[in-house]
Amino acid sequence: MIEIEQLSKHYGSFHALKNINLTIAEGTVFGFVGPNGAGKSTTMAILATLMLPSSGTAKVDGFEVTDYPKEVRKRIGYMPDFFGVYDQLKTTEYLHFYGASYNIPRPERDKLIPQLLELVNLTDKQDAYVDSLSRGMKQRLCLARCLVHDPKVLILDEPASGLDPRARIEMREILKELKMMGKTIIISSHILPELAEMVDEIGVIEHGEMVAQGKVSDIQNRLRVKKVLHIRSLGQEEELALKLQDEPFVTGVLSDNTGVHVHFSGGDEDQRQLLQHIIGWGYPIVSFHEAQTNLEDVFLEITKGGVAT
Amino acid sequence: MNWSRRWINPVIDKEFRLRMRTPRSAVSLMLYILVLGLVAMGFIYVTMYLNNGNTQRFNSSVGRTMFYVLSFAQLILIAFMAPALTAGVISTEREKQTLNMLLTTQQSSATIVLSKLFSSLSFMFLIMLATMPIYSIVFLYGGISLSQLLSIFLFYVFVMLLLGSLGVMFSTIFKKTMISIIVTYGVGLFIFIVTGLLYLFFLSITSRSFSSSPTPPAYSWVGYILGLNPGGALISLLEPTFSKSAFNVRQTTLNSQAPIQLWLEFMLVYSVVIIGSILISIRRIRPVRGRRNRMKIDRHSHTSPGSSSDSDPEVPVMQPKSS
Repeated sequence: MIEIEQLSKHYGSFHALKNINLTIAEGTVFGFVGPNGAGKSTTMAILATLMLPSSGTAKVDGFEVTDYPKEVRKRIGYMPDFFGVYDQLKTTEYLHFYGASYNIPRPERDKLIPQLLELVNLTDKQDAYVDSLSRGMKQRLCLARCLVHDPKVLILDEPASGLDPRARIEMREILKELKMMGKTIIISSHILPELAEMVDEIGVIEHGEMVAQGKVSDIQNRLRVKKVLHIRSLGQEEELALKLQDEPFVTGVLSDNTGVHVHFSGGDEDQRQLLQHIIGWGYPIVSFHEAQTNLEDVFLEITKGGVAT
Repeated sequence: MNWSRRWINPVIDKEFRLRMRTPRSAVSLMLYILVLGLVAMGFIYVTMYLNNGNTQRFNSSVGRTMFYVLSFAQLILIAFMAPALTAGVISTEREKQTLNMLLTTQQSSATIVLSKLFSSLSFMFLIMLATMPIYSIVFLYGGISLSQLLSIFLFYVFVMLLLGSLGVMFSTIFKKTMISIIVTYGVGLFIFIVTGLLYLFFLSITSRSFSSSPTPPAYSWVGYILGLNPGGALISLLEPTFSKSAFNVRQTTLNSQAPIQLWLEFMLVYSVVIIGSILISIRRIRPVRGRRNRMKIDRHSHTSPGSSSDSDPEVPVMQPKSS
């Protein structure tokens, strides 16, 4: 659905993008991860036909963005990281305006807009002026605007930025629904654990370069991100921690009031053997589980701590 | 309401709604009429009461003078209003961060620019129409024909279009509305004041050289400068002989016609400016414009992978890439 080849963008001597290559299949939810100024928004703006690349190509549904911008615009719904709304318009008028701007006939819009408002939970605000909506509601309205022409691709640049936790959860639920509808979604966010729940693939971009791309699990395996095992025992935890330090594949042990945290570099079989050893030693173990490695760990591992945010 | 759907595109519709929902529009309309009304009332007061000459009442020459005064007052008001209405139409959208979303819709650059210009000038036109009752006072005195009034109003529309297209162009070029407004007023100042001063300057130089020349030509080029000034063009509309005297530096009696009527020169020159400004605005509003024409040429030499014989020749057939 999206193909980017050797895409570069520079402003004078500053290189915002350096030969980016990216392929996103139809129906994929792609998480764009990277620190501020890494090039996420630039890539998205090029895909949204708002910016000319310095070199390289970007295609949406087979259409090159600089050659066929009108065809590309039909196929994308773009939500910028910062956006304004026309305060003097009512919610339905706002959506009618964008619907008409996508040449959707009035009778179709009359049917479509209530459905969109329902999708983004704004039905009760249909006659409210946009000015009176909260930031979270405006964000959801903007998402409804992106969907007004039923695009195949959604380009969402930081859709959850500046939202309170409740609004963030609402936004996440809507995005899950869109994923179920089969939309191809490119989403960037700083709230990495939230992305992890819904993305199929991630692309990590840093200093204008794509440093990793693929399924989260694949990247985790490729990077050999260390596991952290959490062990809870009814007493004797410090003694257990000392004993664990001599076990194979254990790279570090920490003990605190929540239990023993073991940094482990072995595979599943090695992990099974470690558990067998601990039980064999006779400690009163009540839990032994792998702490979930999240997208944040992957991101920090890839960017080696060189994160601006 | 089919006619409105056909003629009023979404951008115009949105602009009309936003414009008429702000109290500022009503206040602007009221202030404009108030100022022009005060000019008319002031003129009547000066001519009828301070003059002590009651015989002047309802004289056609008074009506004519009043019409001139109103016409110039209206021209000055348009010079102030038109840039204020148009010099922020694009940059305000950019500042409010709504422009990018508008640019990703199916509306073409030309539609966006022309619709914004049209909607701003429509409001200006509404204000102008609202001043009609003030002009009706002139008809109490007589001395002015309806066709003269109509030609003056058409001239105003042209001046509005000129300042409006310049305003939209600067609004597209500059990111900040404030800079766009300042530059538009600056160019307006040049058109309204500097061209007039240049005319006076060159008139004094050429009349000196004309008086020292043994066989001076009938008309001087200096008149062309006044043709660039809206005031000069307006007077030439009101007084057809004015163009002749603008070119006639020696102020002698000449039987031949002026090289060109000032209002005609004004319209010809500034039509080019209007068209140029609109074209620049259309070109500058979007960085990505598409290369269809180039692609069309390319397809004559080799077939593109997405095209087929029965497809639209300008659009390649969509071939979704399988994952």
